[in-house]
Amino acid sequence: MNGHRTWRRRATSRIAVALCALSVLVALIPLAAILFFVVSQGIQALNWDFFTKMPVPVGETGGGMANAIVGTLMLSALAAVMAVPVGILSGIYMSEYAGTRLASAVRFAADTLNGVPSIVIGVFAYSIVVLPFKHFSMIAGSVALGTMMIPIIARNTEELLRLVPHTLREGALALGATRGRAVMTVVLPAALPGIITGVVLALARIAGETAPLLFTSFNNRFWNLDPTKTTASLTVQIFTYASSPYEDWHRQAWAGALVLVTIVLVCSLLARFATRRLEKMSLGS
Amino acid sequence: MKVTRSGGDAGFRIFIGAFAALVLVVVSAIGVELYLESTLSIQKFGFMFWLTDIWDPVAGQFGAKPFIWGTLYSSILALLIAAPISLGIATYLSELCPPSLRQPLIFLTELLAAIPSIVYGLWGVFVLVPLVRQLEMKVPESWRQFPLFAGPPLGLGMLSAALILAIMVTPFISSLAREVLKAVPRTQREGAYALGATQWEAIRVALSYGRTGIIGAIMLGFGRALGETMAVTMVIGNSPAVSWSLFAPQYTMAAVIANEFTEASDELHLHALIEIALVLFIITLVVNGLSRLLIWSMTKHTASKARTKLEPANIGSAA
Repeated sequence: MNGHRTWRRRATSRIAVALCALSVLVALIPLAAILFFVVSQGIQALNWDFFTKMPVPVGETGGGMANAIVGTLMLSALAAVMAVPVGILSGIYMSEYAGTRLASAVRFAADTLNGVPSIVIGVFAYSIVVLPFKHFSMIAGSVALGTMMIPIIARNTEELLRLVPHTLREGALALGATRGRAVMTVVLPAALPGIITGVVLALARIAGETAPLLFTSFNNRFWNLDPTKTTASLTVQIFTYASSPYEDWHRQAWAGALVLVTIVLVCSLLARFATRRLEKMSLGS
Repeated sequence: MKVTRSGGDAGFRIFIGAFAALVLVVVSAIGVELYLESTLSIQKFGFMFWLTDIWDPVAGQFGAKPFIWGTLYSSILALLIAAPISLGIATYLSELCPPSLRQPLIFLTELLAAIPSIVYGLWGVFVLVPLVRQLEMKVPESWRQFPLFAGPPLGLGMLSAALILAIMVTPFISSLAREVLKAVPRTQREGAYALGATQWEAIRVALSYGRTGIIGAIMLGFGRALGETMAVTMVIGNSPAVSWSLFAPQYTMAAVIANEFTEASDELHLHALIEIALVLFIITLVVNGLSRLLIWSMTKHTASKARTKLEPANIGSAA
């Protein structure tokens, strides 16, 4: 009787452990399936033209997404211009004045902003940029993307500055530096590689955003480098093509997805290696 | 001893403090702006907005019940699938996995969080939806009398949406649950082993010790699922209906904003859509706030290290 119970407990344990391992496999199946389809379908339409040519009308084959790629690059760059200073400086505030009420409030606000759905941020950008100027624009799209970048950069900067050994900070202060000078010339440079990694990851993330662009930067079939006009973007273009009934456009959509996923993957991998090196450094000190 | 600050220090603090305060301003501005831009709809329909299910832009009739239903139903279904799997992953990676496999597996499972929503949508439309349609066609005729399986097998609909949401939120829940398990003291498991527990029984002790944080992790996944837009919009079928059916095309709050915003010609329609955005904002605020509180109450003692915050998926999770 007792032996039977022990046997049952052991069996239950084995089964439960196996189920845990199985759930990892279950999660890896969609990952493999997505990567497989994106690569195998995307590679068919991906060629030099994709990067250099403009979209062609329905019926014609070929063409590319040159304007959408440039649009995404400009949207992201403008977003970074707005978000990087705010993100990094508020990150510095949170780590340097960690105990203060403002720091806690900002940390809470940043986490809150992190959780706001991107579509809601799009509506916000619409109401503060598109409504007053009465038309869609690249700027509006960048405001939306920049808003999403701020909390990512801020929290990452804060965490990294905390990794910088206290002795560095104290050394600078002991030499008579002001707090501001100590931070800007000693603490910040020590954490800079990690902070830049965080910015790159944030960029990779927002470059993949679609929802907040639908009614801010909208779309554009032509070249546009003017921030006050609407612009095409890789993601909105994929959406448009995927929702169309044309085989040619579907192929283009897959190619666009392959470009996006490649960007995200490369950034993640680079960041991973950079992070590893940083960790070793900070553990060594 | 309090160190007196020089004038330069105060200036520095005020300067960066102003930028930090900007984050607060942005969050409050989102709430205020969305409220101001939805007053027409709020005044005209009041609370009935959420209880009526007629959405007719031409007639100027707006009831958001089907959207809030679709959002809640799809997110809850997604969690029913994702929560057990995510907990299994978290348990395996933190308690059972051979050390050499741990980092690669963490990287792979969290890679799911880095894939853009539009790519999920594309894959959903061309790969998942046809599969789901096949599956739906295999459902025996006798089952169709149950409301859960009512309707024609279209593929596009609630089941596809729930599946794709489940895939998308799994990495978030599992990575947070892993953090929580890491915060459970070793002594909990050792105590269980000392009493003669099997491996699984010791894990159950750890899981039950961390239950508050685990509930928090699941709620954070819920918050993500509520606001997910592109992938859901592309596979849910976009038809406003309050239905229990897994096969029926339905609609979500985020999807209706994405689809109708640029076409909203009159102001009332626009205000109705912005009111939906406002409520989505408030719901995610509450859900995320609660979940962070729960997780924080679990992990505060172990003061999370920056290392975990730097992993790609965690950066990804920030949005």
